[in-house]
Amino acid sequence: MSDTAALANTGLAKFIFGRLTLESFPYHEPILVATFAMVALGGIVLLGALTYFKLWGYLWKEWFTSVDHKKIGIMYMVLGIVMLLRGFADAVMMRAQQAMAFNGSDGFLPAHHYDQVFTAHGVIMIFFVAMPLVTGLMNYIVPLQIGARDVSFPFLNNFSFWMTTGGAILVMMSLFVGEFAKTGWLAYPPLSNIGYSPDVGVDYYIWALQVAGVGTTLSGINLIATIVKMRAPGMTMMKMPIFTWTSLCTNVLIVASFPILTAVLALLSLDRYVGTNFFTNDLGGNPMMYVNLIWIWGHPEVYILILPLFGVFSEVTSTFSGKKLFGYTSMVYATLVITILSYLVWLHHFFTMGSGASVNSFFGITTMIISIPTGAKIFNWLFTMYRGRIRFELPMMWTIAFMLTFVIGGMTGVLLAVPPADFVLHNSLFLIAHFHNVIIGGVVFGIFAAINFWFPKAFGFKLDQFWGKVSFWGWVLGFYFAFMPLYVLGLMGVTRRLRTFDDPSLQIWFIIAAFGAVLIAIGIGAFLVQIAVSIWNREKLRDTTGDPWNGRTLEWATSSPPPDYNFAFTPVIHDNDSWWDMKRRGYVRPLEGFKPIHMPKNTGTGVILSVLATTMGFALIWYIWWLAALSFVAIVAVAIFHTFNYNRDFHIPVEDVIRTEGERTKLLAVQAAS
Amino acid sequence: MSADAHAAHGHGHDDHGHDDGRDHGSMKSYLIGFFLSVVLTAIPFWLVMTNAIENKNWTIAIIVAFAVVQIVVHMIYFLHMNTTSDAGWTMMALIFTIIIVVIALSGSLWVMYHLNVNMMPVHDMRNMP
Repeated sequence: MSDTAALANTGLAKFIFGRLTLESFPYHEPILVATFAMVALGGIVLLGALTYFKLWGYLWKEWFTSVDHKKIGIMYMVLGIVMLLRGFADAVMMRAQQAMAFNGSDGFLPAHHYDQVFTAHGVIMIFFVAMPLVTGLMNYIVPLQIGARDVSFPFLNNFSFWMTTGGAILVMMSLFVGEFAKTGWLAYPPLSNIGYSPDVGVDYYIWALQVAGVGTTLSGINLIATIVKMRAPGMTMMKMPIFTWTSLCTNVLIVASFPILTAVLALLSLDRYVGTNFFTNDLGGNPMMYVNLIWIWGHPEVYILILPLFGVFSEVTSTFSGKKLFGYTSMVYATLVITILSYLVWLHHFFTMGSGASVNSFFGITTMIISIPTGAKIFNWLFTMYRGRIRFELPMMWTIAFMLTFVIGGMTGVLLAVPPADFVLHNSLFLIAHFHNVIIGGVVFGIFAAINFWFPKAFGFKLDQFWGKVSFWGWVLGFYFAFMPLYVLGLMGVTRRLRTFDDPSLQIWFIIAAFGAVLIAIGIGAFLVQIAVSIWNREKLRDTTGDPWNGRTLEWATSSPPPDYNFAFTPVIHDNDSWWDMKRRGYVRPLEGFKPIHMPKNTGTGVILSVLATTMGFALIWYIWWLAALSFVAIVAVAIFHTFNYNRDFHIPVEDVIRTEGERTKLLAVQAAS
Repeated sequence: MSADAHAAHGHGHDDHGHDDGRDHGSMKSYLIGFFLSVVLTAIPFWLVMTNAIENKNWTIAIIVAFAVVQIVVHMIYFLHMNTTSDAGWTMMALIFTIIIVVIALSGSLWVMYHLNVNMMPVHDMRNMP
């Protein structure tokens, strides 16, 4: 082959593949090759099993294309749990690395790999674990709690889920094709600018978050519209269940803050792709503007994560104490105050930037103020429990663990809110311990409380107690072992994201922390075993009543699992514990007079759009311009084509409704007789 | 309790009555809106292209003012926002949005201004010999 032909060839290859070459695949890194082999093997087994049991058609028809809010909610939860395993694998690698990298040892992770691991851990845990789990919960519970048949825009809901999944797929791809960002989970410039991060890592970060961000924003709009417009008759705002209230505030926060993230990442992309200078050090750019803007999104984000779980704890506490929630009104106002205040504290993430005393004092004080409504909530839960007949079921155990743990995290948060203290503790392991304390102690414990609480509603059988307790103690003890040492280390001045250490006296603390990670691994493993065991024993754990916990809100009024249409008749609401009120007044389930029910139809458009958007993201990451242009045109075309699809709804025939409701009547009669 | 009420509830396309305070616009209001937005766009262009005002800062301030008025015109004539539509939810959403935007903009300006004041002097490379 002559030289010109070779040159033409590389030109052509460059046109077709952008900067994607054989060298982009990390076949020279044994850890990644081994991981890839494991993933590929697992993937082949899974795909083979799906084909062998002929499940593809079932999955496609009943799940992937479903617009049912319940199925979409469950798919969000599955996504979150799968990504939790990936994010936790990163955490274990970090703990192991830091526990062994002493006395001249380099540990087992090379620097460029370690940097990717801590970045991926943060990004995955926030965007692809916590967010899907929280969104999934809201998706499943909110329509049931307000007596609706679905969300306002069922197709949009399916589309949102698949966009979130598309983002997750891009992050997972970076493991085996190219690499992930090495910048930390918020990708601060100038490090994330093209000059210092010329490779694809930051581009993976940007496009994964942009694709997933579309889903998050749209699902926020969807749930706001649902809560505002679709409440059952009689359910005024102040009669809404508290979980619905916190969901409403969360989605308002999502809709108001995610556009800021989108805009900041768009500006960073402009810096990286077309050479603008928004966040560079010269030509009028200012990297600190990026830090400022991303935290205007970032601080509301932490409340987006925690607020729905505050709702979960409220529901769990009042259900398992057998009492009305103490201070419902104050709970609602505390939530609203937190919603507004969460926009007034963002600078506490960068006190050390150098804005001076006046700015720092303002944001320090607002930060301390935000602990007041949060404290009010804690007292409300305590007073709900006071003189209640508390049942120590699993959801209640998680709730109590939350209250103890979260208070510690809240107090270290107030310590960090004092600017002079923050100058010492900024970016230290004390900060890491603090935010894991509130995120694990608040969000994760809340998710587990919610899963144990609502699992019987979603699947018709309770979760196994024994393995649930193993999981509980693994997580709770594991958390304390893993993060209390980090508080100590942080106070001794150890900073975050270090790969190796010089001072051998610190090693013992990292070993204790690594032991904590092992306990958490047991907690996660036991949770998976809990689900498997419960499926195995499902007949013994069966809930035929639809109301296994003697619940208080509307979701317990229907069967477990609820029929596709949720409620055969829309209930009328007189009280904020509406189901409790209905039971007390001797509510009788209507047995006749059913009518056909108008429902939305499934559609595959969401999957197709998300595949195209993910392809476009991949093409932009690798500079494959023709593919990016092509997939963009395809997205627009498919979206326009879908607007001409008028075949969107159908009626569930009245016979089906009568049959479904008749089966429930029989089950309830058997239950009453035994 | 009626299933019918719910069916209409679940599918917005058949309950767009005119009793919810929503404004759907008329030919006249669209024309007024169009005329106003053209004027509000043309004047800033004229200001910049002819350098009508000596002081650049004044030009910038005037353009920003026109942009804000433009937003209001769009909201009233094209988005049909008023104080009563959807039982006041639209208005409430607008107020919340304004609060958030004001917090984000004024906060950022305040924070970045203080940062600049506290920065060590930087050599401006463009003025170097």
